[in-house]
Amino acid sequence: MIKRDKRACNVKKIVCCGLRLAVLAPLGLLSACHAVVLEPSGEIAEHQRNLLLASTGLMLLVVVPVIALTVLFAWRYRASNRHATYQPDWDHSIYLELMIWAIPLLIIICLGALTWVGTHLLDPYRPISRVGAGQDNAKPLVVDVVALDWKWLFIYPQYGLATVNDLAAPLDQPIEFHITSSTVMNSFYVPALAGQIYAMPGMQTRLNAVINKPGDYAAFSANYSGAGFSGMHFVFHGLSPADFRHWLDEAHEHGGALDRDTYLRLAEPSQHEPIHRYNSVAPDLFEAILRQCVREGQSCRRMPGTMGGEDTQP
Amino acid sequence: MNESFLFGRLTLGALPLHEPILIGTFIGVALVGGALLAAITYFQKWGYLWREWFTSIDHKRIGVMYVILGLIMLLRGFSDALMMRAQQAIAFHGSEGYLPAHHYDQVFTAHGVIMIFFVAMPLVTGLMNFVVPMQIGARDVAFPFLNNFSFWMTVGGAMLVMTSLFVGDFAKTGWLAYPPLSGIATSPDTGVDYYIWGLQVAGIGTTLSGINLVATIVKMRAPGMTLMRMPIFTWTSLCTNILIVASFPVLTAVLALLALDRYLGMHFFTTQFGGNPMLYVNLIWIWGHPEVYILVLPAFGVFSEVTATFCGKRLFGYSSMVYATLVITILSYLVWLHHFFTMGSGASVNSFFGIATMIISIPTGAKIFNWLFTMYHGRIRFELPMMWTIAFIITFTIGGMTGVMLAVPPADFVLHNSLFLVAHFHNVIIGGVLFGMFAGITYWFPKAFGFRLEPFWGHVSFWCWVSGFWVAFTPLYILGFMGVTRRLRQFDDPSLQIWFVIAGIGALLILCGIVAFLIQIFVTIRRRESLRDLTGDPWNARTLEWSTSSPPPPYNFAFTPVIHEPDAWWDMKQNGYVRPLRGFKPIVMPKNTGAGFVLAVLSSIGAFGLIWYIWWLAAVSFASVLAFAIYHTFEYDREYRFPIEKIIQTEDERTAMLAQRS
Repeated sequence: MIKRDKRACNVKKIVCCGLRLAVLAPLGLLSACHAVVLEPSGEIAEHQRNLLLASTGLMLLVVVPVIALTVLFAWRYRASNRHATYQPDWDHSIYLELMIWAIPLLIIICLGALTWVGTHLLDPYRPISRVGAGQDNAKPLVVDVVALDWKWLFIYPQYGLATVNDLAAPLDQPIEFHITSSTVMNSFYVPALAGQIYAMPGMQTRLNAVINKPGDYAAFSANYSGAGFSGMHFVFHGLSPADFRHWLDEAHEHGGALDRDTYLRLAEPSQHEPIHRYNSVAPDLFEAILRQCVREGQSCRRMPGTMGGEDTQP
Repeated sequence: MNESFLFGRLTLGALPLHEPILIGTFIGVALVGGALLAAITYFQKWGYLWREWFTSIDHKRIGVMYVILGLIMLLRGFSDALMMRAQQAIAFHGSEGYLPAHHYDQVFTAHGVIMIFFVAMPLVTGLMNFVVPMQIGARDVAFPFLNNFSFWMTVGGAMLVMTSLFVGDFAKTGWLAYPPLSGIATSPDTGVDYYIWGLQVAGIGTTLSGINLVATIVKMRAPGMTLMRMPIFTWTSLCTNILIVASFPVLTAVLALLALDRYLGMHFFTTQFGGNPMLYVNLIWIWGHPEVYILVLPAFGVFSEVTATFCGKRLFGYSSMVYATLVITILSYLVWLHHFFTMGSGASVNSFFGIATMIISIPTGAKIFNWLFTMYHGRIRFELPMMWTIAFIITFTIGGMTGVMLAVPPADFVLHNSLFLVAHFHNVIIGGVLFGMFAGITYWFPKAFGFRLEPFWGHVSFWCWVSGFWVAFTPLYILGFMGVTRRLRQFDDPSLQIWFVIAGIGALLILCGIVAFLIQIFVTIRRRESLRDLTGDPWNARTLEWSTSSPPPPYNFAFTPVIHEPDAWWDMKQNGYVRPLRGFKPIVMPKNTGAGFVLAVLSSIGAFGLIWYIWWLAAVSFASVLAFAIYHTFEYDREYRFPIEKIIQTEDERTAMLAQRS
């Protein structure tokens, strides 16, 4: 009985959810169904959502009439309708042709402007200047992110901490992610927080973001990286400053040391890795990972843009 | 890995004897294939097949064989799709599903590779091969032998990919095999090697076929057919083949570099010694984005022909259509970076590529309006090709919209690699390319075989495909908004399951569409007498291919027509064209040859040797390919005169058929 109720409830939810998505998503009024991309909890993701909806709205201006006209013309000019006008040789009209090029052009000009501004404003490399409605900037929290086979390592250089598959940040404080990967390409993505960016071996990407609502958010790799890819997810905690301090304390109390040997063992491929915490991190570990010279005796990869003479172990 | 001189890396362990799904598949394939081979032997059709089809250099037969190849591979690619849908629908609540990662990762890679390279490409190439020479009033393509060779190379590539099902593994990297994952360090088995050499062998075929069709269209048009009098399908074919010629060498080069990394320990795309895997990503998309337009432009051409024919009206805005096609051709080279905005290029670079992508929607939009205004004041007959066209306009418009959403870089950051993206490209490839191919196949089928496709099962197939598409992919759009990424094998969040179940039901509907299509072919062949087309022009169409008989004689046109209008055949019909009945001259035609088949078989064996590190086999095959190719150049007797008596006989039969109708 209970099972059936549950199922009925499920069906109701689905119908409701589907309808909302179909009808309301373009208008940005979505609230149920946990479409996280459309109802994010971070300032950056929110702007990205708004841009998505605005561009959809702009395009619907032409898409809806096209579909309506298709159906209308198909019905009106069906062969059996002998009342409809038939002009077999009519194939040109300068006004219509101007219009069919001009209307899409105008929409693309608007959309192009929106894109240019939005892309620069929401450039993941751009430091956050505003952390939320009416709130000023603060010193950013730096997190070094390493995609391993198949888990995530997070290093907090400001606190001398590191965690595996566990990420937390205080509300309304800018977060500056430095992202790389140990072997293959991944993509670092917390949908509620901000858009994704690739994690690539030997390269560093950056992501600036801020979380504005407390909660536990799903996060994962968004780029297929091999056999353990499906399990490469973790939870991102948006915590109040007090909770975040508590979280830090706990990591300090329960962690071990992350030296180079521990890292090399950790970097071995593994799946569904539980959460680990480390209360000390070998100096320059992230840079060594980035330049692929963690192992004793490896020569460091020269980073693009740096001059010669740096091929030494950091 | 151990290697022996004789068998390289190939051992008995490469046979998947421990995988029940593959053993079942193998038994199924062996039974069906065995029955087919036995039937051909029993009815003594081997000689006929070899002489009339396999060695044929007739562009029409090669076109038909391409389409058959595409349809057979569609069955394989679609089985992969069903397996993925089933896996994703059940892998919840801690269940692993029924496919281990080792198998599932091959399935989605093979699905993408097969659907693009061995379904969409052969269907498109097949239609172009069949239609273009007739539309321009030519007797064959520019290089008929090369055409046969190209076809068999494509088959060779397809066979290599199919072999990986039963001997060794296929790639587990996703359909574009990004390094470092596809490098030797992380993918040491034969999977990526099957990928590389399968695509290299097929790629040679595609490139040569592109060169062939460009030469055909540029050099072999009937007198009077200026560029601006070419039918739109020929125009889109020209642009597509220019794109093939310009972009496939990039694919060949990038796969060759990846092969050097894997085989000779070089470092183009590794992370060491200055290698950079992101170069691969850039290069493969410099091929990959034009590839999208290679597929969809001919489909646009089909819709243009179909719309004009079934609306009984000249195509609205012919020159606008031509310029739109050209603009798309050029712009398709300037947008590749939109496939990886998330790589971290600067905001200005991303904006440039985003806006360039959006600009493509302007000519595409113009095309849609042109079809719309062709329908306006027309007299629309809703035969199946026209129904596919209407379904295309509606479906593709939505797919185009979601594409532009992905072209806005900040929006792409939240939707990249998600199921929204998967839904988008299926929306344009199924809704654009595949619907176009079905419209084209239904439209030109009577031309190829002399009888129409049976309409009832065609309607069943149409409705199953269209509804199945929407049921299968709308949930994927929604899942994309829920932040679900692609290529996942199992899920934690139980609220997602229902959407995957719905998508699975959609896939089953599409399965019904495919089955209905097969029934349609079967019923058509049984009822071919009642469906026969005596006139050669069953749809009251407008372009030259409809001026010949159905099926056309080997020489297509007894007299080369003279062109005054883009709608040449319509113009001839309007102005009381009388078919000449005398004054025939013998026609010089190219001879059939088995050389293309032999070269392709040798190349495929060589590729198999490279895949398994059987160096002696690769070396021997390569030497034989060279030797045979040189030997073939000494074959001077390549043409024959089509005797005048046979022309008169063929043309008299057509006269009798036309008389029978009236």
